[in-house]
Amino acid sequence: MDALSIKATEDTPHISFDPSTGLLEISGRSLPEDAAGFYKPVLDWLKQYAPSAKASSALAMKLEYFNTASSKVILDIFNIIEKITTDKKVIWYFDKDDEDMQEAGEEFSEIVNIPFEYKTY
Amino acid sequence: MSRTSSMKYVYQLHKTMVDNSLILVYEGEFTQEITKSVLLMAERNLEYMEEESNTKKKVFNVMVECLQNICKHTDKIADDKLWNSAIFMIAKDHEYYSIVSGNAIENSFIPSLEERLDQINSLDKDGLKALYKDMLVNSQLSEKGGAGLGFVDIARKSGQKLEYSFEPINDHSSFFCFRTKIARVNE
Repeated sequence: MDALSIKATEDTPHISFDPSTGLLEISGRSLPEDAAGFYKPVLDWLKQYAPSAKASSALAMKLEYFNTASSKVILDIFNIIEKITTDKKVIWYFDKDDEDMQEAGEEFSEIVNIPFEYKTY
Repeated sequence: MSRTSSMKYVYQLHKTMVDNSLILVYEGEFTQEITKSVLLMAERNLEYMEEESNTKKKVFNVMVECLQNICKHTDKIADDKLWNSAIFMIAKDHEYYSIVSGNAIENSFIPSLEERLDQINSLDKDGLKALYKDMLVNSQLSEKGGAGLGFVDIARKSGQKLEYSFEPINDHSSFFCFRTKIARVNE
């Protein structure tokens, strides 16, 4: 399957999913009003990737901002990752002073059954 | 009409803004594109004032949710063109940023909106966290963008009670005024 690459805009994140390495990255700002519309190709790609995932998959979440419309879709993304049967993890990045972003990551980790790793920048 | 009186509102508006410490006011139609522009302008403003990063992020997050709420939920009042626009403003004093919005809604929505806001205001930090997680897991994405989650998020980012009022417009609609405060970090 092909890699997925979507360029960032002022209110949508950069998406870079590589099926050959299992490295999946979402970075920047996720503030679209129509989050379902923006993330549809992302969810479709992941649904196709999940059953045939590599030995290990790592989803790097490097978000500066995300709106509540995005938060529901992020949970949908995690729910797909959760179903991957091989090794998987989420790497949640946050600004070292940004407690809200740290807490948001911790909350997601309490909802889904995926190992979370935290990194500051 | 005399020259002076017709222009008086300019100074009055300016004075109102200064007196209320308003740093940004937008009044008019709210579309997705306009929302983006307002956000961009507000962000430049915060950067220019060299606001502390955490405060800036909270203000920005609350602005996003407020603006998207207005975009999605302003009800068109067919018989009253005057009220088809909404207002959004940011005020800044020594202690707080205030993010204030006003938009028309149908009276029939008031009870459920009031109930939701009062419920949020009745909860402490842990209560809000639990409510947020519950709504995140259980609410459907398709429902008009899910403003419920937006208000909970605003309350959490703010750490203050949400302030609101409804000003009657006519028999079937009201102007919903909503204010969120974000404490500034003062050395």
